[in-house]
Amino acid sequence: MDWISLAAQLFPHGHTIVEQDNFLTGTAQVDGATVSVIGSCGHAPIGVEIALLQAQAVLAAVRNFPQRPIVILVDTQGQRLRHRDEMLGINSYMAHLGKCMALARSQGHKIVALVYDQALSGGFITSGMMADACFALPQATIRVMGLPAMARITKVPLERLTELAKSNPVFAPGPVNYLQMGGIDAIWDGDLALQLAEALRDASPQDQRSAAGLQRGGRSQAFPVAQAVLDHVNLHANLRDNAP
Amino acid sequence: MNSYLEAHARERLDAVLDPGSFREFLPPSLRIVSPHLGQLDAPVSFDDGVAIGAGKLFGEPILVAAQEGGFMGGAVGEVHGAKLTGLLQRALRERPYAVLLLLESGGVRLHEANAGLIAVSEVMRALLEVRAAGIPVIVLVGGSNGCFGGMGIVACCANAIVMSEEGRLAMSGPEVIETANGVEEFDARDRALVWRTTGGKHRYLLGDCQMLVADDSAAFRQAAFELMQECHAAAATISLTLEALEAEQQFLQDRVDDFGAAVDPLDIWQKIGLADAANLPMLEADAFVAATAQLRRRP
Repeated sequence: MDWISLAAQLFPHGHTIVEQDNFLTGTAQVDGATVSVIGSCGHAPIGVEIALLQAQAVLAAVRNFPQRPIVILVDTQGQRLRHRDEMLGINSYMAHLGKCMALARSQGHKIVALVYDQALSGGFITSGMMADACFALPQATIRVMGLPAMARITKVPLERLTELAKSNPVFAPGPVNYLQMGGIDAIWDGDLALQLAEALRDASPQDQRSAAGLQRGGRSQAFPVAQAVLDHVNLHANLRDNAP
Repeated sequence: MNSYLEAHARERLDAVLDPGSFREFLPPSLRIVSPHLGQLDAPVSFDDGVAIGAGKLFGEPILVAAQEGGFMGGAVGEVHGAKLTGLLQRALRERPYAVLLLLESGGVRLHEANAGLIAVSEVMRALLEVRAAGIPVIVLVGGSNGCFGGMGIVACCANAIVMSEEGRLAMSGPEVIETANGVEEFDARDRALVWRTTGGKHRYLLGDCQMLVADDSAAFRQAAFELMQECHAAAATISLTLEALEAEQQFLQDRVDDFGAAVDPLDIWQKIGLADAANLPMLEADAFVAATAQLRRRP
């Protein structure tokens, strides 16, 4: 879905979102209140410039509109794969964006993200995955990396990877698998405005993804292992009880 | 001199921490392995490539993790990530003097792609919560696999990073960029270019790492402790503040403005004002720091 029709469905009571080189910014009305909207479109590759623009928008919300909710609209093909971005230290820019989101959360801003088209790896980790809650449209693409690059890194033949990606939930792209693993909170269908309003009401600053992944059967180990480190008692029992 | 680069994770822990002080959580004897690797006929490791636990540094109690580059390049899967997240959550309860992360990682373990990606983001959020609680997080990068992908982001979420010149810190590996955009974009076999672009010296000059040390475990040990002390001396800066992040925004914007047109790190070094930029890769760490300390950018 393109961002203009998305915004019309998400914000029927109006918005001021504008696009500038695949960067989205503005405000919108949700549930009778104003929210800040930050995002990207056009499968944007997240390079140093767009990461900075997004971070700046988050900081502006924190400084000028304390506790105003923030809605993140995600459509990215991942971090920009260029020598220049690596030379400039793109990971610092990504981390900066992530830190700005964490600051906003700690200052009482509720943050809800929606993957409305694509979400890949680095571009996703510091945007949608830093929100209090992340949602996706049914037709959205969510994955880590394109298969050819993956084949080169893992040295597993492309044909085998393509085959695996069809069936293995840990490996296979798509919102359903991310939902099962706790990576997203729900897949939205129907009245988007209603679901966004609800999500903003329910957003919690606690990271509950590993518990959700266990509950939904997608990640059997993440929660019990972290819990075992935390408690460091009854380790065997704890892990056994939670085995798939 | 005890090479940090060549050591394994547990050897690094022994060399960096006070002798005999490391107490491991979820040790290999518990045989907690990745539930996904077996399905792909990939080997498993009894620690899933990361050792975590408690230890002491110059007598101060810390929590510590060390990624093992020898197992799948230190990549983060479901269990590996959960060990790191659990350690950081434990720090919130135990309130150690600091958390020390010895990172060596290619990022998300592609064999358990989705679980790895979520795990890295959980580590990131847990790390920032530790900082918010006033506990400093220090990262060491000096392993032969570097610190890439999601872990390259995690590293930059810490209070401070120590690197050796052999250490590499970046986002996408040169092979990934070459695969996506061709050898003209980034020649992964041009080792000098790779080091100029991602290596400790360049990161130090840009201000992405706070200290550059020789490839020596004792030097890493010393630097880690000094940075912890500095954090505690300026305790208010351990957690994130609006003012600090606005300053960082300006710092990172200035970098794009000043160096955004450069095509090679050498151009940047010359623009910073280093007279003999071409020879910088040849300098030993101490001489390099002495030659550049006044000119390097810092936040």
